[in-house]
Amino acid sequence: MLAGGISAFGWASPAWRALSGALRPAAELLPGGVRGLVPSGGWRIYTVSDSMPKFDPDHWRLRVDGLVEQPRELTYTELRALPRAEQVSTFHCVTGWSVEHVHWAGVRFRDLLALVHPKPNAHALRFVSAEAPYEDSLTVAQAQLADAMLAYEMDGRPLRREHGAPARVVIPEMYGYKNVKWVERIELVAHADDGFWEKLGYDRDAWVGRSKPA
Amino acid sequence: MHASAFLVLLGSGLVLYLPALSELVSRRPLVKAIHLWTAVAWIAALALVVLVGDRPGLRRTLRELDRFDADDRRWLRGRRVPQGRFNAGQKLNAAISAALALLFALSGFLLWYGERDTRFRFASTLLVHDGLMYVFLVLLAGHLYLAIIHPSTRHALRGITLGTVDEEWAKRHHPKWSDQPRTWRGGERSFATPVATAPRKNTCTGRPGSRSPSDSS
Repeated sequence: MLAGGISAFGWASPAWRALSGALRPAAELLPGGVRGLVPSGGWRIYTVSDSMPKFDPDHWRLRVDGLVEQPRELTYTELRALPRAEQVSTFHCVTGWSVEHVHWAGVRFRDLLALVHPKPNAHALRFVSAEAPYEDSLTVAQAQLADAMLAYEMDGRPLRREHGAPARVVIPEMYGYKNVKWVERIELVAHADDGFWEKLGYDRDAWVGRSKPA
Repeated sequence: MHASAFLVLLGSGLVLYLPALSELVSRRPLVKAIHLWTAVAWIAALALVVLVGDRPGLRRTLRELDRFDADDRRWLRGRRVPQGRFNAGQKLNAAISAALALLFALSGFLLWYGERDTRFRFASTLLVHDGLMYVFLVLLAGHLYLAIIHPSTRHALRGITLGTVDEEWAKRHHPKWSDQPRTWRGGERSFATPVATAPRKNTCTGRPGSRSPSDSS
């Protein structure tokens, strides 16, 4: 029996995916709070500190500074007024679970950076989360991938608190830990540095399928 | 011990797992610590029970749980055959629970250690751990039903909590236990005098008299 159980380490991933896929229609019939009880390819919420930041629309500001000509502080309204982009993508967590068909709406980093005019030596964006001490970085090239954005809507509604309200990084080609939640500051820097999980041994270039774990 | 540790692990695990609870409770580092240390405490308590407890008694129990005879196999196929102190279903539950608990501990350890040493991160560890939870929930539901609700088995709970059961109940549901001579600590085999206890109400018309579940050959 134990041997069979230990073999589960080999087949658990595909089995879970298959089961979640099969159960998803049933799970969607359940109310929100209970839905997570059925394995259905849904979300898990990971945090690193003792409480999740609370979004106050009146006082929240997104600071964009660092190696830029014109540092800015955007209000929530100003953020929403930027050119809107939408996409549907899959979210992959490095721990092995994924959520498919997530609808995101937000602003492309190219449009955000156009406001502040990055200096020539700015090669990376450092995302600082309101959930201290979480932070992570992307190179400018990575941030300008076609499906990367700063998202403020998920599945048709403004980003919920547990998903990083009001704004989070979305870069589907990389694992979830690069998709920083509760972004309050974007600092343009000369080169990307180790973020929260990189300091614990995870890859900086967290390409899905091409970085640990396999 | 088992029940309280299991429930704390399940509760803290669900907070870590369900988005609704994760958001409500937040404090993930704290909940993770509770989850981890409860698991460690449980394992330590089990070790303590083995080191300091009634080892001959534990060995007897283990031998009984481990023995599946022809009657057990027939019982599992639905036939009404005599069973010993543990019926075949209980033996099976014990074996499966033990195996699953080991897998839980292993996957849990890998989850904890993998956060510190990247060589021990595997894509399926978390999914094994979560999958085990679902399997255990099924086992738990059955376990609780039989222990608390089902008329012919719920009397066994008294044996676990108070140490004695009604003798008529034991003769009827565990006849191969009742008929076996018991060994005294001194090593002589004899039939011990039944210890008086309150007769059971309801189905079994219990005469005063009972058997202690810790007696067995």
